[in-house]
Amino acid sequence: MAEVEETLKRIQTHKGVIGTIVANAEGIPIRTTLDNSTTVQYAGLLHQLTMKARSTVRDIDPQNDLTFLRIRSKKHEIMVAPEKEYLLIVIQNPSE
Amino acid sequence: MFTDETLEAVGAESLWRKSHQFEHDSRGCQTVPLATAETGAQSTYSSESGTQTDVDDHLVHCLPTDLEDLPDPPGLLDFLQRVEETMVKELAKNARSHAFDGFQVNWEERHQTVSCVHRLQHCEAQERGLHVTSLSWNCTGSVIACAFGRVDDGDWSTEKAFVCTWNLELRGMDPRRPDVVIDAAAAVMCLAFHPTRPSLITGGLQAYLQRPTGILSIRYAGCLQLGGEQMVLSAGTGGRVLLWSVGEAGRLVLSAGYALLRQQVPHSGTLSKARGSSCVGVTSLALSPWDPDVFLVGSEGGLVLKCSFSAQTVAATATTVTSENGGVTLRAPARFSFSPRCGPVHTLHYSPFHRNLFLSAGTEGLAHLHSVLQPDPLLSLRVCDSYVFAVRWSPTRPLLFAAATGQGTVQIFDLGQRSLRQVATIDQTTGGRPVYCLEFNPRQSNLLAAGNADGTVNVWSLSAELTEQGPREAVQLEQLANQLAE
Repeated sequence: MAEVEETLKRIQTHKGVIGTIVANAEGIPIRTTLDNSTTVQYAGLLHQLTMKARSTVRDIDPQNDLTFLRIRSKKHEIMVAPEKEYLLIVIQNPSE
Repeated sequence: MFTDETLEAVGAESLWRKSHQFEHDSRGCQTVPLATAETGAQSTYSSESGTQTDVDDHLVHCLPTDLEDLPDPPGLLDFLQRVEETMVKELAKNARSHAFDGFQVNWEERHQTVSCVHRLQHCEAQERGLHVTSLSWNCTGSVIACAFGRVDDGDWSTEKAFVCTWNLELRGMDPRRPDVVIDAAAAVMCLAFHPTRPSLITGGLQAYLQRPTGILSIRYAGCLQLGGEQMVLSAGTGGRVLLWSVGEAGRLVLSAGYALLRQQVPHSGTLSKARGSSCVGVTSLALSPWDPDVFLVGSEGGLVLKCSFSAQTVAATATTVTSENGGVTLRAPARFSFSPRCGPVHTLHYSPFHRNLFLSAGTEGLAHLHSVLQPDPLLSLRVCDSYVFAVRWSPTRPLLFAAATGQGTVQIFDLGQRSLRQVATIDQTTGGRPVYCLEFNPRQSNLLAAGNADGTVNVWSLSAELTEQGPREAVQLEQLANQLAE
């Protein structure tokens, strides 16, 4: 328990990090540093997008796979580290 | 032979009544009796069905208020330890990266060009060759007021002048006919709309102020709010800065006076070489949007001074200023002196995005970016080979400012560009005659108005590039402010 929290805290202290979310394979949040409704929204939507991105990569080349997803927006950069069981989502304001 | 024959009167009885009666006839009618029948029906089978959805997974799993209380699912720690390194690497890379600096996606159609929306003019002022000396937008951004006067004429004159206003949002707006023309007894050198009240106070008040005192002309008039009270501030070439409160029926009551005298100006290492009278003639003034106690003064002799309204030092002059409501003792407001210029400082403007930054410009054709904490400018930019009459920061882009030049152009500078050259030059089509004033619209920030020596005011619509703030601009401005003077 403590080790999981420590890891998340370490990520959260990085420059410009706004929030960190861990979601499971169904896109359901398990750990978060954001408020409830924001977390649910981010986890649900990014889970869908990550799955879509993964199938895109694999459809183009079946030997290939998605390893990391970065989304640049006007305000933030959203980073997703996907795996079979879990997703780690970090929202960063890079110009902070 | 002839005898009178009496004939019996023959009566013909009218028959019309009777004849009608004969025609009368009574009739009757009756509907066929309604046939009614009753039938019954009955179904032999009946059935009922129901359906229900399961509660959404998301809701079930996300509602627990405290996620931390749940035990760690298996493999979570392993997962986190695996991805932490990659994530941290990306985060650090991102924070350092400049890959997206200044990058703008073109999702919707943007204004790519700078275009002239209106060219405002007042016939009488143009015929008499008056210059547009000052401009002001009201706080709603719909009305523009223009002051007419003379800049090149140092003589005392009683030539009549005007203040004109146009409401650009009126449908029947005629650029050649102002909505309101206010006559002034002399050249109007400055004017200002009230910062929060759209038009009410200032129009009237400014006319009272705009009168030059002898050959000393008032170069600054502005409205401000001090401690909840509406105040009017004026300053002129006589070296006085006067603060008025607004009394009954719009009368101005003198509430404080400041005198700028050469011997009371703090020196910033280098002694001012300026000669002449002991007065410091004020040619420009700027109020800080951040600190209501502070104002900047630019002088004829090239001095730029930081002053304070709360100064208590009595000015070293025997005179007190008296008005009909009694006198006030003049105080010496100067607190800090910036490195002096070679000629009159025509314009000063505080940055709306950083409390320490301001711009100054004047006859040298340079625009100086200053920090209020340092005597020397942080940057000096060559604007033109002529005089610069006005500089104004963009209300939306922290790094952008516009300058009005003596060569009839408005130059726009972007401090985010590596080369310190103008990013746009807007020719005012004045035939090379100077542009004396310019103001951004406080609401529609793409509108920029410039007042010219030929008595015209051009209202420009700026391109998106010149109005939309970039992602790192505020940070870059902060870096500029923190850097040491060259």
